Amino acid sequence: MRPAALVASFLRVKARVLIRPKEGILDPQGKAVERALPALGFDGVRDVRIGRLVELEADDASHLAELCEKLLANPLIEDYEIQELG
Amino acid sequence: MTFGVLQFPGSCDERDALGACERVGDARLVWHEETSLGDLDAVVIPGGFSYGDYLRAGAIARFAPVMEAVRDFAAGGGPVLGICNGFQVLCEAGLLPGALLPNDGLRFLCRQVDVEVVSAASAFTRGLEPGAHLSVPVKHMSGRYFAPAADLDALEASGQVVLRYAAGQNPNGSARDIAGVTNEAGNVMGLMPHPEHAVDALTGSADGLKLFAAAAATAVPA
Repeated sequence: MRPAALVASFLRVKARVLIRPKEGILDPQGKAVERALPALGFDGVRDVRIGRLVELEADDASHLAELCEKLLANPLIEDYEIQELG
Repeated sequence: MTFGVLQFPGSCDERDALGACERVGDARLVWHEETSLGDLDAVVIPGGFSYGDYLRAGAIARFAPVMEAVRDFAAGGGPVLGICNGFQVLCEAGLLPGALLPNDGLRFLCRQVDVEVVSAASAFTRGLEPGAHLSVPVKHMSGRYFAPAADLDALEASGQVVLRYAAGQNPNGSARDIAGVTNEAGNVMGLMPHPEHAVDALTGSADGLKLFAAAAATAVPA
């Protein structure tokens, strides 16, 4: 392996991005699921919120936040959390 | 007066938009890979499901090559109208304030609604009477207009709220009954209802044509 490729292989990361509707924003999907649960006998489940999970591999982890801001999440309506998996 | 109607993979209202524009001027389709708008006098971003609405409605389309040209065109004061998915694209692109969230009822809506003209200061409502009602259809899944409360106050204060759903007719839970907004300059406008589907009395209403006619009437001759 050439040195540059070797370095790149160390920098490469697997990451998981969790994207959620911001607090205070009505999430009708979550509400629909919440209302369906008692019909199955699951009582006492509240505040169901539904977001998105994005898994990715990146050659350079330093760009992850920027790509979340610009594409994966809309910061006006969504929060995101990056979990690096190594 | 030549309108350009953008066409993305997944657009589905470009033909009706083209037809609406042709009633008040010349019009042609503009493929999403084009990088120049040529001699166009106005741009319409039509409804549909560009790029399958993947990620969020409008999120991918904003990166299409043609959107760079639209950005420059808008910055130069050119009139741009985003309808439904086009509105979502303009919000995602940052050319309009706010965002469109899934309808509060979580259902796809398809119905005729009345909208009220709030401001006649935009490129597409100039000459209309504030307070006048327009009968136009809505058909969307993600049309709930949202912006933080302080931003909504600012939009109302600056006259950027251009259309509201008539009292009791807000179909999707939009903040403050907002159906359409403009940018600060008033040349870029987005709305969820479909004026291009209301251009002939035969289909129930020709009110939508007024928006296209307003743009044609106020176009600066080249």
